[in-house]
Amino acid sequence: MKVQWRKDADAALAEAKSSKKPVLVDFSAAPA
Amino acid sequence: MPLAAHIKEHPVYFHRFDAVWTPTVLILDPEGVERFRIEGYLPRDEFRAQLELGLARVAFMGKRWDEAERRYAEVLEKYPDSKSAPEALYWKGVSRYKITNDHNVLGELPGQFQEKYPDSIGALKTIAWQH
Repeated sequence: MKVQWRKDADAALAEAKSSKKPVLVDFSAAPA
Repeated sequence: MPLAAHIKEHPVYFHRFDAVWTPTVLILDPEGVERFRIEGYLPRDEFRAQLELGLARVAFMGKRWDEAERRYAEVLEKYPDSKSAPEALYWKGVSRYKITNDHNVLGELPGQFQEKYPDSIGALKTIAWQH
């Protein structure tokens, strides 16, 4: 299953709130 | 809800969420409150166990004791030999206590820690509950 990573924090937080789901935030410095 | 924050694309997110090292993984509750933090690389199974501890913590802090107990039990079942397992045992016991309000639940924990994880911090924390 491919993960649909969000890139916009405000949008992700709003979506999490409305769907009552937790948020996983991955902070990375790895080369793309 | 997976959110990616790369240091070159979103440096402002590092400041916003107090991320000072990579990799860092945060688990936020649906209201956006940080409930769990993982800093640094971990082997795959230990990382998975930590992620599941994080979800259990979200349930615990939301006072969803049944869900928290189930999630902590799943960590113990799936990763019994992991470094994360003692924390799961501790909070599984606390979740059961929250459900039952039965002090005997806590009294059983020191023995469980002595048997399974005698060198863990949880073993020390539960000494106070020894009968």
